[in-house]
Parts: sequence; structure tokens; C-alpha cells
Amino acid sequence: MHYIKHSLLQVFGYKIPRPAKDQQSPEVKAIYEGKRGTLSKADLEALRDEHKGAFFTKWKRRRWITLILVNLLFVASFYFDVQLVEGSLTGARVIGFHFADLNAALQIVLAYKHIVLNLVIGVVTVFFLWLLLGGRTFCAWVCPYHLLSELTEYIHLWLVERKVIKNHSFSRKVRSVFYVIFALLALVTGYTVFETISPTGILSRALIYGPGIALVWVGLLLLFEVFYSRRAWCRYICPIGVTYGMVGVLSPVRVKYNAEACHHEGDCRKVCMVPHVLDLTIRGGASDVNQDVTSDCTRCGMCVDICPTSSLTFEVKGLSKMLK
Amino acid sequence: MSNGKKETRRNRPTLTPRRREQSRREFLRATVLTAGVVGVSLLGFVPVIQGKAMRLRPPGALKTPDDEQQFFASCIKCGQCVQVCPVEAIKLADLPDGFGIGLPYIDARAQACDFSCDGLQCVLACPTGALTHDLDYPADTRMGFARLARPKACLAMQGKGFKGQARGPDYAGLLRYEEIDRWNPIAVADHPYDLEICDLCVRQCPIEIRITQCEAAETDESRQLARVAQQMGNECPPKHAITLEPVDRGDGVRRMKPTVQEGCVGCGVCEMICPVESAAIVIDLDKNADTVSGG
Repeated sequence: MHYIKHSLLQVFGYKIPRPAKDQQSPEVKAIYEGKRGTLSKADLEALRDEHKGAFFTKWKRRRWITLILVNLLFVASFYFDVQLVEGSLTGARVIGFHFADLNAALQIVLAYKHIVLNLVIGVVTVFFLWLLLGGRTFCAWVCPYHLLSELTEYIHLWLVERKVIKNHSFSRKVRSVFYVIFALLALVTGYTVFETISPTGILSRALIYGPGIALVWVGLLLLFEVFYSRRAWCRYICPIGVTYGMVGVLSPVRVKYNAEACHHEGDCRKVCMVPHVLDLTIRGGASDVNQDVTSDCTRCGMCVDICPTSSLTFEVKGLSKMLK
Repeated sequence: MSNGKKETRRNRPTLTPRRREQSRREFLRATVLTAGVVGVSLLGFVPVIQGKAMRLRPPGALKTPDDEQQFFASCIKCGQCVQVCPVEAIKLADLPDGFGIGLPYIDARAQACDFSCDGLQCVLACPTGALTHDLDYPADTRMGFARLARPKACLAMQGKGFKGQARGPDYAGLLRYEEIDRWNPIAVADHPYDLEICDLCVRQCPIEIRITQCEAAETDESRQLARVAQQMGNECPPKHAITLEPVDRGDGVRRMKPTVQEGCVGCGVCEMICPVESAAIVIDLDKNADTVSGG
């Protein structure tokens, strides 16, 4: 399966080789051929204007509401003592059922070197939940750091546009290095080292149990992202994203790319937090007319919202066919 | 840009010199980033090594008096123990605790664990067994061990009584007074005392309260059956935790000394209720009932 192989490559920071001519289907080749010289800049601008929406585009609105609601559910559940969702994002009980964050559970298993039954139950539940919903969907739709980082990203982009600062990129392979280092640190030291600096855990606990000094660390991360490197934590460091990226490999919820109407102008790659997953939208980047974006995608829907030609859409594999 | 000229090897002919320079910089930045982030995360070791992250932990915490590593390793930092505690004794540690961030602890002086949940709710709530399910009753817990740290300040040692609110009118701490409300803890400030000789640390000790109840049940014929059931489950604490012993200084003053016994679990209620500022009796973390009795 190319999809699985390509997904894992991207999750661990490797590049997917562009499809060679003989790897492209004749249909997609014909599409690329047919577009030669037909796209004028004016046409594109017209389409863009037509497609320009408000600040809260469809999927962004839905996503922000979901993210805020999920986190508020934790807060309200404790505040009003209704015991709907007890705990925090690292571990919770949802109407009595155990939920455990997969990465936190992994860190514990490596550090503690025992397997706890309740943890197994929580891990299996959460594994299937995100298997169904798309893996890194957790990042864009639940993680509170993602929202903060998304907000400060606007400041970063504004500063870059005014040429006040420059964005600095890192080698994406550094993610795998972090993943291995944090796993080894847990195993060797016997402490869940990553949890000490995880902004996801820190923010979730700060929301539910009240703020603390740890928020200073989160603030520093955000400043680093604003002034030095766009979305650096989520792009290059966070092992939670890698864990869920692997879960999402088998997920039916994906963003689908259709090459037919695409102008290859790259608006989608500009808004994307993980733009390498959209390399297939570059002219000659897709090997077939319809191709799924790999599981390193956070399913945030920014590209779906911005695409002037609706070439990127959400799909639920299997279900889409049934719905048609 | 001047560094780019030094790049003479051309093992990747597909990359333009500019792209190669870019990827070289990305690699260097990534190296610095790795060192930085891993370095920061390892700073969390410092408070642990210094012993500053050692705290009074909730009942059942996987630890020995001098080593909390297993507790650190197994806690998922979710705070479910915080949520179930009826007296809100449990708090989560902050960043200065390093690796201990997010770990539950109890500040006994502010609010101790008085076992008023009866069923060790925090232990039941723990999803990872960091609060081990191996214990059944409050008397089984080993949180620490009480010590009369300032005998001179102790009111009983001075032969003094105590009248009024144990910790003043503004103290927010809660305790369960079974004779007032079996199910809901009330503010200590709402329960003034009038004692001929101060015995608050003994009077409010959850272990001592339980022993008194068990003894009362034993003498009460009608509750014999219930008593059997209780004793089958070993619900009655087997050993006293704290007693008042008379002290004779030969000056004719009736003095009493709070004496910590082998049944002390280190819950911290004595430290919490002690009316002297600062508390005459405190909880030591480096001891527990097992290490004290040599068992």
C-alpha cells in the first residue's frame, strides 16, 4: 500500500519522491498536459475573489467550536462536578469509560515498565477513537496548544509579510529524532521526561485545575514560534503528533485531492501547518486523478476552505461511496 | 552565504547550491533545537535530584520513604484524584517540581486528607495504579509519619487548653465531624472547640476516630453483627496512631505529650488542626509506620 508507506515516511519527516512519469496514470498525465498554458493569472484572481470567505471559514469555525467545546467539557465537568468527563487530556474517564492519551500512556509504559489494565483499556478505546476519526485529527480538533499556536501564527505571518522577521525552517527529520530521544529518556531514566514540557498536558491541566508557572514555558514556545519559526512545536518537535500520525495511517477520514480543476497555485500549501503533505498539489505531484493526503495531515480543513477550485475535500473512505 | 563556497562535495547533484545551503542550515538548526529542547526537559531532573520534588502524596502512592521514582514513572498527570477528593486536599504540582509537574500532592497544613471519602476515592480514581489499588483501608496507607517537631510550642505540653476556632476565622480547611454531618465535611472555622487541655491532634486523628468507633461498636450488643463484618474486613485500625501521655515536670502543672504511635499513616490531619503557628506537630516524609516499627 503506497498510502501507508507514504504516510509513515512523512510522519517521520522523510520526503515522498515525486512520481516519475511512468508512475502517473494516463488520466492524470492527460490532465496535466491539458492545463498547459490555459491558466491565466486573471482567471485565478477572479476565482480566488469568488472563493474568498470571512475569517471564520466553514471548517475553521467547526474546528474551533469543537476544540473549545471539548476542552470546556473537561473544565465544566470538574467545575460543576457533573462527572461527565473527569480528568484531563492525558487521561480521563468519559461517562465512566477510561480514556488514555496514547503518547502519555507510551511514556508511562516505557518509564514504569509495567502494564496496567486500566491503561490498556484506555489506550485501546482512544486508539480506536482516533483510528475512526483520523489520527492527527487530535492535533487540530482537540489539542489546546494547537489553537493558541494557530492564533499566534497570525502574528508571525503578519510580521513576515512586513519583513520584520524571517521564518526559519528546520529539517523535518528532527521529529523522529525527538520521538526516539523521548522514548529512550523515559526508558533509561524511568521518568516521563516529555510530559514535563508537553504544552498539551500543561495547558489542559491549567484550564481544568488553574494556571501555574508552567504556562511561562508555553509562552516561551509561542514566542519562539512567533519570532523565529512558524508552528515549530507542532511541525518539528511534538511526539504526540507522531504517535497520532501513525494511528491515522489506517483511518478512513482523509482529505482527498482531485487534480482535475486544480490550478496548482499553492494557496493550500500557504495555509497548511504541515505543507509537505500537500506536495501532491504541485503540478506533476499526483500520481492519479484522485489521491488522498497522507496521515501526517491534521485534518484541520484549512486547505479545504481556501482551495478556489474545491480540489481538496474531506472524505470518509467507504462511507463516501455509500452516500453517493 | 560565504560558507556555501566551502561545500565542494557534490554527492547530490540534483540539489542546487542554494538548496544545499538551505538543507545544511536546516540540519544545523535542527541539531541546536534538539539539544535545546532535550536540555530544557532534562532540567526537570534538577529538583528531583535535590529532593525538592518530594512531597506528601495521596494515599497509596507508589513510593518508599526515600524514593518516589515509581510514582513519578506511573502517574499520567490527569488529576482524576484531585476531582474526587471531597475535602479538596489534593493539588497538582507545578513546573518548579521538574519531572514532578502535574503530580498530585497534599499540603497538609492547608488541607490534609481526613479520609472522609471513606473508600479511598483517589485510589479508586487513579487510572494507572500510581495510587496503588493494593490498599483497602485508611490504616493501610503509608504517606509519612507524624513527629512532634516543636514540643515547647505544643499547648498540651504547656498544660494549656484551647478555646475557639482551631485555625482562626479565615481558615478555609475542611474536616468531617461525624457527629455533625456524616456525609459532608464542614469548615474547621465553623466548628469551635472548648478544651480543658488541647488534644486536637489526637481528637481529630482519623485513625483514632475510627478506633473509637470500633470500640463503641464492640460494647454495643445490638451492633455485634456489623462489628463482625467490620473486623472480617480488618476495617478497624490494628494500632493506635497518636495518644496523649501525661508528663510530670514536678511543677504541679498537668501536662500532656502527644505521642505518635506505630499506627500513624501520615495523613497530616494533626499538622492541619494544630492551633499553634507554625504547627507543633508535622509529617515527616522520610519515615512511615513500616520503617519506624522496623517491619
